[in-house]
Parts: sequence; C-alpha cells; structure tokens
Amino acid sequence: MPDFASSRISTARQAKDRIFRGLCYGAAALGVLLLVIVLWGAVREGFSALTPKFFRGYPTASVSRAGIMPALLGSLWIVLLTLAISLPVGIAAAVYLEEIARKTRLNAFIQANIANLAGVPSIIYGILGLAVFVRFFGFGNSIVAAACTMSLLVLPTVILTTQEALRTVPMAYREGSLACGATPWQTLLRMTLPCSSGPILTGVILAASRAIGETAPLLVVGALASTREVPHGIRDPYTVLPIQIFNWSGMPQHAWHVKAAGAIIVLLTMLLALNAVAIVLRNKATRI
Amino acid sequence: MIAGKFQTKATSRAITEWCLTHVCLLAGLLSIVTTFGIVFVLLNEARKFFAVVPPAEFYFGRQWEPMFAEPKFGALPLMAGTFQIAAGSALVALPIGLLIAIYLSEYASPRIRRVVKPALEILAGIPTVVYGFLGLTFVTPILQSWGLPLDTFNALSGAIVVGIMIVPLVTSLSEDAIAAVPKATREAAYGLGASKAEVITNVVLKSASSGIAASFILAISRAVGETMAVTLAAGAKPNLTLSPFEQVQTMTAYIAATVKGDVPYGSTGYQTLFAVGFSLFAMTLSLNLLSMKLVKRLKKHHA
Repeated sequence: MPDFASSRISTARQAKDRIFRGLCYGAAALGVLLLVIVLWGAVREGFSALTPKFFRGYPTASVSRAGIMPALLGSLWIVLLTLAISLPVGIAAAVYLEEIARKTRLNAFIQANIANLAGVPSIIYGILGLAVFVRFFGFGNSIVAAACTMSLLVLPTVILTTQEALRTVPMAYREGSLACGATPWQTLLRMTLPCSSGPILTGVILAASRAIGETAPLLVVGALASTREVPHGIRDPYTVLPIQIFNWSGMPQHAWHVKAAGAIIVLLTMLLALNAVAIVLRNKATRI
Repeated sequence: MIAGKFQTKATSRAITEWCLTHVCLLAGLLSIVTTFGIVFVLLNEARKFFAVVPPAEFYFGRQWEPMFAEPKFGALPLMAGTFQIAAGSALVALPIGLLIAIYLSEYASPRIRRVVKPALEILAGIPTVVYGFLGLTFVTPILQSWGLPLDTFNALSGAIVVGIMIVPLVTSLSEDAIAAVPKATREAAYGLGASKAEVITNVVLKSASSGIAASFILAISRAVGETMAVTLAAGAKPNLTLSPFEQVQTMTAYIAATVKGDVPYGSTGYQTLFAVGFSLFAMTLSLNLLSMKLVKRLKKHHA
C-alpha cells in the first residue's frame, strides 16, 4: 500500500522549494529591471534636452537657454585634481601597509581605521572640508578646497583596492626579484607595482567615478548654485554636474526637470564609460 | 677608487629608500589624521553648541526650529526622519538584496551571473542625486497615481529610492558570506534528504547569518548617512511623524539644507551643523563597528 501521508508531505515540500526558487529568481529579475527603470526614467525625461546648445550653454535663469558647460568643466577640474592628490597618497599608503609595514599595533590600527573611514557618510567629509580647507587653510569656495575634500573621501577606496591589487602578485615574483640582487624598493617599483597595475587601475576608476558622482560634500564646501564663469584655475569658484542636477531638480517647473534629466544622462554616460573600462580591465586581469 | 664610487651610489640609494619608506608611512598616517580631524572638528563646535543647549533638550526635544527668532533645538524630528528612511529602505532592500544574493550563489548559471552582477554594480555606482531626482519626479507621481495621499516630498519615496540604492551593497556582502559556507555543510544536509530550499534556509543562511547580519547593518548605516536622495525625495521640513506619506527631514538633509542657506559663521545655528553631524557620525560609526565585529565572528566561525 502506498504511503499517501508521506507523499503529500513531499509535494508540500516540493511546492515550498518551487516557491522559494521563484522568489530568488524574481528578486534577481527585479534587480536588473530596477536598473533598466532607473536608466529609462532618466533618458525618457531628459533626451529632448540634449542639444549642442545645452553643452555650450551657461546655467542661466531662463530655462530654454540653460546649459551645463561650467558644470561639466568644473566636474572635470575636480576629478583630475582629486586623482592627482589621492592617487600618489593612496598608493603610497597601500604600499606601506602591504609591502613595508610589520604587524605592529600601529599598523593594525591604521588598517582598521581605513576600513572605518570608508564607512563615514560623505556629508561628514564635507563638514571636515568646510572647517579645515575652506576656513582654516583659507581656500574658500574654490576648486582646490573641493578637490582636497574629495581626495580625503576617495582615499579609503584607493588604498583598499590598491592593497587588494598588491595581494594578487605572487610572493615568488618578489622573491625572484630579490634573489637577482634587487633592493626591496627596486622590487616594488619594477616588479610588484607593474604586475598589479591592472587591478590598481580598476581602483583608480572606482575613485574617479565616486569623485564625479558625489554631491553632498561639495554642497557643504560651497559649490556655487549657479555660475556664469568658467573656472580657469584652482582658486576659482566652481560648480559641478551633480550640484547642477540637484539645483534644477529642486525647481518646481517641469521644464527644469527636463534639464536636470539631460544633465543626468550626461553624468551617467560618463560613469558608464568609466565602468565599462573597469569591467574590461578586470576581465583581462582574471584571464592571466 | 671604484669601490668608493659604488659605496657613494649605495649610500645615496639607501638614503632615497629610507625617504621613500617614510613618505609611505606618512601617507598611511594621513588616515589617522583624517579620523582625528573629523572627531576634533565635530566635537570642537558641538562642544560650543552643547554649552548653550543642554544635550537633554537636543536629544529629547520635540521641536526643531533652530533659525527662528526664538530657536528650539529639539532634534527628535530629525532623528525620527532618519529612522523612518532607514527603516523603510531596510524593508525594501534587505529581503530583495538577500534573495538576489541567494540566487547568485545558489541558483544562477555563470552566464546569468555575468549579466546580473554588472547590473548591480552599475546600480551601486549611480550617483545618489540621480536617485533623489527619480524619487521626486518618477516614484512619487506613480505612487500618487495609485491613489496614495502623498505630499510632493514624502518619506515613502525617499525610503524606496534609498532602498534601491542599498540593494547592491546587501547583495554583494551577503553573497560573500554565503559563499564562505563550506560545500561539505550543504552536502551533509542534502545527504539527510533536505530539498534545495531547505538546505538554503535551514543550513546555509544559518551558517552565514553573522555575515548576512553584517551586510544588513552596513546597509542601514549607509541609509542613515545618505544625503542627496533623501533631500530631494523626502523633503526639508522637520516633522515628528510616523506617517510615510508626509514630508520629513533627516539629519543629513538638515545639514545639506542649512549649509546652502549661508548660516552666519560662529552662530548657534552654525554650530547645530556640527552637533547634528557629530550625532550622525556617532550613529554610523557604531553601526560600522558592529558590522565589522560580526564579520570577524563569521571568519572565526569558518576557520
């Protein structure tokens, strides 16, 4: 006689199994769908704003003529200056922690501290920048104050990804170099760093995309709400794309939202291009 | 003669290398300087603020009107707003993020992984101001068209967009925790006749629980510290309410709104920035430390 009771239990269990699997598949599909919705939401709204005049124009008070040129240039200035500051410092710190430091208490503290800094809200970095760079050093609301603030913000990212990159180089490479008579520093500069340059570059791109997209700290250190001036030097006032998007989004009229969406498309295109480079680099690195 | 030449070359190289080493050490120490800088800057101004306003009034007062002629410094409305956004976004992000992590590590074929993972990475890389824009111009109108009595700015849209924003974080950290569960543990459970869902819910998730909890806490910490999305979507009016349909102001949104309005340097209004900032820093720091502790426990558990 077949055991009906137990077979019923097993169908119930099978059903549960199927439901659970459905939930997991559904969530994953939702994740991809959300990305599509986010991108589509911006493109649908802002596509009509993308005219040549939009790229050449200034953020004027009249909607029809408003453009993003100063914001675009401001973003470029700040990203480049941020990278110029944070890359040497970040890579040096990573080299210290990974290649030079012994396992002392101080170094363990530095390491834990960097992990913590990575989790500090970005607006807190803005407050730090306001007190230190804008007021104490007297940089004012300038590009250099913004870039210094942004550098502190991206440093943990640069350090942690560079450390990961250095860890991918096999110990035998270093030992081989040392055995040939190279000093530890020659080994580092001619062997370890070149061998890990691919993944380090991924970290650089991560830092750059963070610096392009961050808004809150620049709001605090005084990016301009709107400007008729294009920045010419590091002491000049500035505005950046995310701040421009923020200001236009806050306007009540719909026409401004179209402009904001147009600026979002430009910003996202820049970020996607950077990310695509990062993904290609990583796939190359894993193949080795 | 030749030996001497080599010697000077070697010494100068030694000096250069000594310098390089110490430059690297300085770069490492900069992170400690940054942390102390943050704590010093926040405490220094917050101290002046708390000399004027008693901490009890700040943390338990129910009215936040710092710029009025007769200012009120009760930060409870800001904290309630922050709590609402954090709790709401957790409701959105934690289940979705965890289910995606389970899907990726237990069900997905390598081909689908190659689609879903980059999609999540891109989602994680989208600037927060974009999420704010979408909350305001996309999510709120849709919810309104469904008949929800929403204000133009409302906590619900803020929580939804912040939730979407932190899904990738939950997924990537939970996935790491799930991947750390040894294969033998799973096989033992299959050997006892468990179905796949039973293996996952009863064995894998339990074994990875501290890592998953760590990912949840870190995501909540991110939601607490998020600024632009909540400023744009949830609004800028301090409001002690639990209704998700109304406008609220979070701690971060207060800082953003106040610095924009050029508060006079050195005034009590200026110092509120630092008092709020310090409270925010303390909250996120304790959440982050808790999360790190859980990760450490997970590592010990599987070691």
